[in-house]
Amino acid sequence: MSTQKGRWDSSLVFLLFCASSIPRSGSVGLQQELSPQHYFSGLEAGKASLAFFTPTVSPGAQPFLEQIESSAEALQDYGISVVKVNCPKEDVSRYCGKENALRKAFLFRGNRLIREFPTDALFDVNSIIANVLFALLFNEVKYVETLADLENIENVLKGKSSMVFAYVPATGTAEHRAVMEAAFVYGTTHQFVLTTEAALLKATSHDDPEVSSAWLLFCHCQQVTDPAQPCRRTALGQPLTLLNIHRHLKLMGAPLVTEVAEDPEKVSTVHLQLGLPLVFILSQKETYEADRRTAEFVAWQLLGKAGVALLSRDLVDLNVLHRSNVALKTPEEGMPIQYLVLEDTDEVITLVEDKNKLKQMQEDEQQEEEEEEDEDEKENNNQDIQDDQVLEAVSRDKKRELPLEQVLVLTEENFHSSLSEAARTVVLFYASWEAVSLAVLRSYSEVAAHLKGTPGVLLCRVNCWDWPGLCSQENVTQFPTLRIYKEGQQSVTFHGMWGTEELSSFILLSRVSCPLKLATMEEAEGYLRGEFPSELSSHHHTSLLGVFSAATSEARKAFEEAGNILSGHVRMGMYFEDDALALSQKYSVSPPALLLAWSGGRSVEGIALSKHSVQDVVQMIRYELLEAFPEITVPNLPQYLQLRKPFLILFSAGGLSQMESKEMLKLAKGRAQQAFVVCWLNLKKTPVGHGILRKYFSTTPSLPVLLWVNLHAGGQVFKFPSPEQSITEVNILSWLEKLQAGLEIPSSTLSEEDWKPPLPAYDFLQMMEPSLPELSPHPGDTSVPPPPKNAGGDRATREEPSQESPAGEVGSPGRDLRGTAPRLAARDKQGKRHSEL
Amino acid sequence: LGLAVYASSLCVVSGAAFLYHDYCVIGAGPAGLQAAYFLQRAGRDYVVFERSHAPGSFFALYPRHRKLISINKQYTGKSNSEFNLRHDWNSLLSHDRRLLFRHYSRDFFPDADTMVHYLEDFASLLKLQVQYNTAIIHVTLEKNEQAWNGHYFLLTDQDRKNYKCSSLLVAAGMWVPNVVNFPGSEYVEGYETVSINPEDFAGQTVLILGRGNSAFETAENILGVTNFIHMVSRSRVRLSWATHYVGDLRAINNGLLDTYQLKSLDGLLEGDLEDLAIVKDKKGKLHITLRFYLENRNISAGIDSITLPQDELDNFATRAPYDRVIRCLGWKFDFSIYNRSLKMMPGKGNIKKYPQIKPSYESRGTRGLFILGTASHSVDFRKSAGGFIHGFRYTTRAVHRLLENRHHGVPWPSTVYPITQLTNSIIKRVNEASGLYQMFSVLADIILLRENATAFEYLEEYPIGVLAELEMQTGRKARDGLFVIIMEYGRNFSGADKDVFYYNRAVGEAQHAWQSNFLHPVIYYYKHLPTEREMKLRPPDWPLPRPDAIHHIVEDFLTDWTAPNAHILPLRRFLENCLSTDLRNFFAESCFLFAFTHQKLPPFCQQGYLRMQGLVGSRELRHHALQAGLLQDYTHTDFSGDRPPDSHDGSQEQLMRDHAIPVRPLQHLVNAKDE
Repeated sequence: MSTQKGRWDSSLVFLLFCASSIPRSGSVGLQQELSPQHYFSGLEAGKASLAFFTPTVSPGAQPFLEQIESSAEALQDYGISVVKVNCPKEDVSRYCGKENALRKAFLFRGNRLIREFPTDALFDVNSIIANVLFALLFNEVKYVETLADLENIENVLKGKSSMVFAYVPATGTAEHRAVMEAAFVYGTTHQFVLTTEAALLKATSHDDPEVSSAWLLFCHCQQVTDPAQPCRRTALGQPLTLLNIHRHLKLMGAPLVTEVAEDPEKVSTVHLQLGLPLVFILSQKETYEADRRTAEFVAWQLLGKAGVALLSRDLVDLNVLHRSNVALKTPEEGMPIQYLVLEDTDEVITLVEDKNKLKQMQEDEQQEEEEEEDEDEKENNNQDIQDDQVLEAVSRDKKRELPLEQVLVLTEENFHSSLSEAARTVVLFYASWEAVSLAVLRSYSEVAAHLKGTPGVLLCRVNCWDWPGLCSQENVTQFPTLRIYKEGQQSVTFHGMWGTEELSSFILLSRVSCPLKLATMEEAEGYLRGEFPSELSSHHHTSLLGVFSAATSEARKAFEEAGNILSGHVRMGMYFEDDALALSQKYSVSPPALLLAWSGGRSVEGIALSKHSVQDVVQMIRYELLEAFPEITVPNLPQYLQLRKPFLILFSAGGLSQMESKEMLKLAKGRAQQAFVVCWLNLKKTPVGHGILRKYFSTTPSLPVLLWVNLHAGGQVFKFPSPEQSITEVNILSWLEKLQAGLEIPSSTLSEEDWKPPLPAYDFLQMMEPSLPELSPHPGDTSVPPPPKNAGGDRATREEPSQESPAGEVGSPGRDLRGTAPRLAARDKQGKRHSEL
Repeated sequence: LGLAVYASSLCVVSGAAFLYHDYCVIGAGPAGLQAAYFLQRAGRDYVVFERSHAPGSFFALYPRHRKLISINKQYTGKSNSEFNLRHDWNSLLSHDRRLLFRHYSRDFFPDADTMVHYLEDFASLLKLQVQYNTAIIHVTLEKNEQAWNGHYFLLTDQDRKNYKCSSLLVAAGMWVPNVVNFPGSEYVEGYETVSINPEDFAGQTVLILGRGNSAFETAENILGVTNFIHMVSRSRVRLSWATHYVGDLRAINNGLLDTYQLKSLDGLLEGDLEDLAIVKDKKGKLHITLRFYLENRNISAGIDSITLPQDELDNFATRAPYDRVIRCLGWKFDFSIYNRSLKMMPGKGNIKKYPQIKPSYESRGTRGLFILGTASHSVDFRKSAGGFIHGFRYTTRAVHRLLENRHHGVPWPSTVYPITQLTNSIIKRVNEASGLYQMFSVLADIILLRENATAFEYLEEYPIGVLAELEMQTGRKARDGLFVIIMEYGRNFSGADKDVFYYNRAVGEAQHAWQSNFLHPVIYYYKHLPTEREMKLRPPDWPLPRPDAIHHIVEDFLTDWTAPNAHILPLRRFLENCLSTDLRNFFAESCFLFAFTHQKLPPFCQQGYLRMQGLVGSRELRHHALQAGLLQDYTHTDFSGDRPPDSHDGSQEQLMRDHAIPVRPLQHLVNAKDE
């Protein structure tokens, strides 16, 4: 939009430049002459000037002079100088002497008077310019009053030149000025015809026109060869401004159909420059004549709306479908040319008109948006619209009754007694007004449905809004908190994702102690196979078995402590019988060691346990549980983010092909393992991945797409050049080398922006200030006037009730007797009031 | 532990034996027992001296007509014990749920005997150290550089037994009757002794001096049997429902206003009692005249020689003689027992009945001497509830916390939360906190921000008068800015003689919240702790100096400030803009997207999702968030890509615009208060 405007502006500048090629007399708009003699002697032949005469004694007495003065500069663009001639007192010449001459302006060309204007014809700058140009362009602009006059002119012009016919509601208007200014430039090319007759307007336009709005037609008389034929007419569909007229005439002047023989990408016509689309009719040698006719037909239809070019495919090598017959190029930069297969010319026209409509709509919308934004700014944006997804979702869901029958409500009274009812009591502490709590409560109700009938587990909830004492007693400071109470043991607090699955798994895993002491070799083996204990056999968890010899009690203690911390999150077992050594050696480690049985394949991995502090053991267990080539999902991403390494991630539309997973796994297990996370994302399972790709790429990559994402340093995103290169370990590694050497260009960079407040707050301080001057930044300033009683403007009703100071409080307690006695004695009138004694 | 302390607490100073305690509390009334409770819980060495044989001796006598005007609300529809204290004006604070007043009385306005009983239970159930039958008759100082405050307090009881303490907590109440002396004041009966049997007033004409609750209570009692009652006092009647000050005339006592305005002979008059004189005629009737007429005249000369106002003005209002004149002028603090060195000075102006204290409740004259209970009301006289049990139970706790920090290095209790809990912690407190609510504009919750605004520390019910000294008084640091949360009434809304029932008195829209009139939460934000000077120069009637930003949570008819759009959203925006961060909650999926597309994450994702504690959300919630346009649905995305790929953000905004229709409040419902 703005670029278009810029383009028009520059054409206008060009136009004005042409107009002012007549030598200028000077840079000052208004000239002064000392006397009529001086003025007339200085007039150049052929040069127009507008003069007005004013007695020296009463300078600037007439207001119209101001208008003339301000139009001086604009007139100068047309080579017309504006001169103020001072009349000496004694002068009684033609222009100075007569009283009424002083109320007129005179237009001279050379020293010949062309026209005298009464000042009421020159009421503003528009009228001055319009009238002056009208007078000067007497030949170029014909004024007509009847249809017959118009037809006569038209007939004369046929075959010679085209006609611009304009209707303006009145002379001296802005539209009149625009027409005259256009005539100044195009008057030699086209015949201008002007009217103010509404009858002519009605005769020339199709539908019922508005008499008060101006109207301009371009009549293509030049092309008419047969005098009996009427001239084609193209109306200007926009308001009559110099810019629009100029644009219209430019378009009318352009060749109807441009023949091109080059790449459409490179073609530029006046239409494109003026922000209109260009339609290419793709032609072939064989059909050239027919195509030419089609193009002309379409061009007439689209005149003023789009340009039409005829492109012969034989001359240009186009890499498009052979069937394509039409191409559309839009003025927006960077937009590719559309090649289309269309059935008839109507389709071409509809296509363009729809495009234009859409553009218009977009522009309107944009404008509206801008307006809206302005309004919003005034109203402080949409501050009162909820933009917290959790809060809004919960509010929208509040009318649904939650299926919480399975969940026992605990109170201060029954809390402690309930804890002893089941082997394990799960308690969700929440606040009934808090959104995150309520969101979790919804998942919790689903958990309750899942676990219905699971023995030994009692699901409960405590609303901390009802029982703050209980919650603080249980040291619950944040909502929500989920805890599992086991009789005689420390309670375990949940620290995982607040999802139904995660909660269920936590509760189920918590049924067995963590770590679980395994008594026999059989149990240990069964444990590794996932068959023992039976409670957990139906759950697919990676099992972790700590194997300790008698000598490694320190490590065992740390492992046990770690078990407390990881309870519910990791399935942990412990074996420290005499044959522990035998067990561990089976997996080629010696105690203390960890045996890891992966849930899928049940392959067992042995890892030596070298760390002995609890934190280290926890850390190590967490680390060992990470997969080599994980599928990244919403719940598991944080585990991998904690490694703080770049991600090499393969986005796949569905599951991975064997080849892909094989190559990636090779890569993951190779030397690169330490430096970055190799992972993949299944867009079907984690559709939010689409959001990520959209953010990264301006064009859609074909899937699968392999990316290197520097999540923690710099935030650059690089795209592996597939499908040109296949995803193999070798290709990836060489790409990574190039990448690390800085030879690749990132496709995208992660936003570095801070998370600022999404919207401003109500500025109450500012609102209060006008009504509470004592709030001024300099308190204690005693000169501050007392606050006005009435605060905000719209709250006039809040005006306080009239306030006479209560009589009893006026006097100070230590008021003297002489003052009060008469009042008490009711000597004055006031005292007659009963209440005043 | 107690034994060890006792063994060492006997010491001998200049021949006299002193029993030593770290803390001495004078008075086992509600404030004294409340202080004792906190000292006991903290394991401090303390003793309470009570001159009577039982606690609450004031309540054993007063109010004379035995009806307490502090409400004892049985039901609030809520089980929240903290919230319920907002409507229980009689209980003291304790951990013992048995010691709630509603277990003692079912009356909305309970009997004073119940209070005595309650206080007895409070002292005995909690095993508070009260020494009964010990009237402290003298208090003096002993300079000692070793002492906590540079001096010890030496107390002497009626038996000349001496006690020595490091800190003195005066909870002696206000029990000295206010007496006005004028010619004839000997004919005046005091509220303390006047008969409470209405029959004694049958057919009598009564003049009551004073216009407080005791005066009206006395009138109420005899209203039905007297000829008429006149009531005279200097000031006009102040109705508590107009002033929102519980010490002003309560509606329960205002029967006389009714009969006055309905022309039933009773009446109210304004006049300075100091100008009054009473003469008794031969029949024993009491005539009102003015001191003015008595100058240079001997009152005993007989009534005939005295000019009465009606002699000059025959329609003088109180020309009818009275049978009785009753003085109900309230009480003042007993200054008499304090040695001059303690500089216990009465306040100035309308608080002259109270001793001068600082906003920290410490005496202006003596360091280490704190005034508790009703005598500490000068801090918020005619403003808040500090003179009443339901107010001073909190200020007593505040004083205890100040002392714990000052003498025992126990900083003011606080909880540290991650910044994501900021909005929640405020919402929780303004909805349930009773101390903030009862001691509005006096006690404040303070939020101290930690560096980088990733966490904050929450301090409850700190006296805002000493905000400038916060670091010294609490042992907490306020380097990175702070929020102060208090409750306020609208300025200029209520007050004596104001129409508090005018139309549109209630504000319904959050954007006009600053014009709220009824009690509502206000949050002040300071980048730096206000200085002493700023506190001093604060605008008149402002509890605090000009903040860097302020937020009012719009008043609520139900005092329930949990509405997501009207209460929580504007508060969050305010906090976000003070801290320049984004405090929204996000589902795990959004955090996941941010993690891959932003180098930084919003606090909620950082402190939740990234620590593997993301909010997954149920299917329904996801659906609602999608509908609200606050979450995007990628499941049905056709990824052939005919849409401009960069428009992701735009479309989300677009969605927001389309779906998030502003929830316009239902005007008539919101403003129901007006009807």
